[in-house]
Amino acid sequence: MKYVIIGNSAAAVGAVEAIRTRDQDGLITVVAKEPHHVYSRPLISYLLREETDGERMKYRPDDFYIKNGVHALLGESACAIDPDKKEVALKSGGKLLYDKLLVAAGSQPFVPPVQGAAKVKRKFTFLSLDDARALQQALFPEARVLILGAGLIGLKCAEGIADKAASVTVVDLADRVLPSILDERGSEIMRRHIEAQNVDFRLSDSIASLTGGTALLKSGEVIPFDILVFAVGVHPNTDLVRAAGGAVNRGVVTDTRCCTTLPDVYAAGDCAESHDITTGTDRVLALWPNAYMQGECAGLNMAGGDRIFDRAMPMNAIGFFGLHIITAGSCEGESCVFEQDGSYKRLVIRDGKLVGYILIGAVERAGIYTALIRDRTPLNSIDFELIKEKPQLMAFSKMDRLRKLGGLD
Amino acid sequence: MKRIYVNEKWCLGCHLCEYYCAFANSGQDDMVKALKDITINPRIQIEQRGNISFAVSCRHCDEPLCVKGCITGALTIEGGVITIGQEKCVGCYTCIMSCPYGAIMPSSDHRAIQKCELCTKNNAGEPACVKGCPNKAIVYEERGTRG
Repeated sequence: MKYVIIGNSAAAVGAVEAIRTRDQDGLITVVAKEPHHVYSRPLISYLLREETDGERMKYRPDDFYIKNGVHALLGESACAIDPDKKEVALKSGGKLLYDKLLVAAGSQPFVPPVQGAAKVKRKFTFLSLDDARALQQALFPEARVLILGAGLIGLKCAEGIADKAASVTVVDLADRVLPSILDERGSEIMRRHIEAQNVDFRLSDSIASLTGGTALLKSGEVIPFDILVFAVGVHPNTDLVRAAGGAVNRGVVTDTRCCTTLPDVYAAGDCAESHDITTGTDRVLALWPNAYMQGECAGLNMAGGDRIFDRAMPMNAIGFFGLHIITAGSCEGESCVFEQDGSYKRLVIRDGKLVGYILIGAVERAGIYTALIRDRTPLNSIDFELIKEKPQLMAFSKMDRLRKLGGLD
Repeated sequence: MKRIYVNEKWCLGCHLCEYYCAFANSGQDDMVKALKDITINPRIQIEQRGNISFAVSCRHCDEPLCVKGCITGALTIEGGVITIGQEKCVGCYTCIMSCPYGAIMPSSDHRAIQKCELCTKNNAGEPACVKGCPNKAIVYEERGTRG
């Protein structure tokens, strides 16, 4: 059996590890643009803060490819898939035949067209190790940094450089920070916390035009800067599948087995859509755990297994300047909101089930809430008053507790 | 493999397991010195309400969501035991978001997470909570697969 995997991040590793649980002999080839050993992309802001380094950022040990019998073509690009001949064309000119193909091509930063951007010398995106290293090189203590985008990437970047630059200003069209994961109050709490750390915000605003060293905002304000970072979002890399005739919406269309509409072609990770159980919609969930589990599901099925991945949902665990956030699921439903001692909690209930939550500050044992969403636990089967107060197994029936903790033989 | 199981019927709520855990992982050889005047942060924690109490620690799942979701690769499975490489962990808490048992917690300095590793990395030998439980509410035995 010949497996080809396009991509070399969480989904690819999930697939490799899953394939090897079923098939020790098949040939696995990994093709990836980046020349690096598999690393953890979300750690790039920790790299800037010197809380990790190139060695510790490696997502798997140095012998990962050898141990798993993976032929790793790193620094190579796949430029076309021929689903009839079952081959992948490589940029260097070669071709790879496959029996099963996984497209785990990830995403790339979206850079909005801004007038004058071409003239800005020190401009960066913030998604890859090379991005982070380039930004690190460009930074200097007197630098005034302008970041476009107050989402997860923009704010992680801001955190990464806040104590390495003279000023950090974040501009976003949205009227609040982290709108993709937080409600209004949550955004306000985080904005205030981050503002106290040498980061300024210009919200409900955008960059109208750029000259070499100044940005003219829509509001009329002029902001001088030395370094510009685009962090407005990412684009799923869907071109290969689309060009091969596979169905693509925003991301590559997959079924619950992670198959695309092309025969023997699977997709996983940031380039693929999955079915969000909390909204009932198919969408790109560009999240590390989701990518790994999609890749794992694809890998098992590629190796002849029968796995379904039907528990996907948005979920984020992220911290900024020591304040932690964990969120999961959807915000649509009836809410219970609690705020106390600097911590914030919102639980969202729909049809008698927990469908989402936001925790800021006190995030202990959040996974108990996540499990309620994932398992679609009817809230009338547990002591909801108790679990509202804090996540705890005490809220489950005695029988469930025995099952979970092993009191039952 | 052998795992820790808890039967709430026998739990006295004495919290001794928490102290034995904290001591075993303190790196010290004197319990008084290790625990005196400190707030312990044990990897096994008692839930208590009314006359019900039970200890919660890592279940060492066969399909561990914490390991699959770990963004750094710091959580790994070694011989069925889920262990944390604290030098690699950055304390993002994705595992805390993922664990259905609430069995993973921040380490005392909040730079990483900590969890039960079945005392495989300390000198306790058999898990310290099991040895220290006065009423055999916590046992260490082979019961097949789970999670």
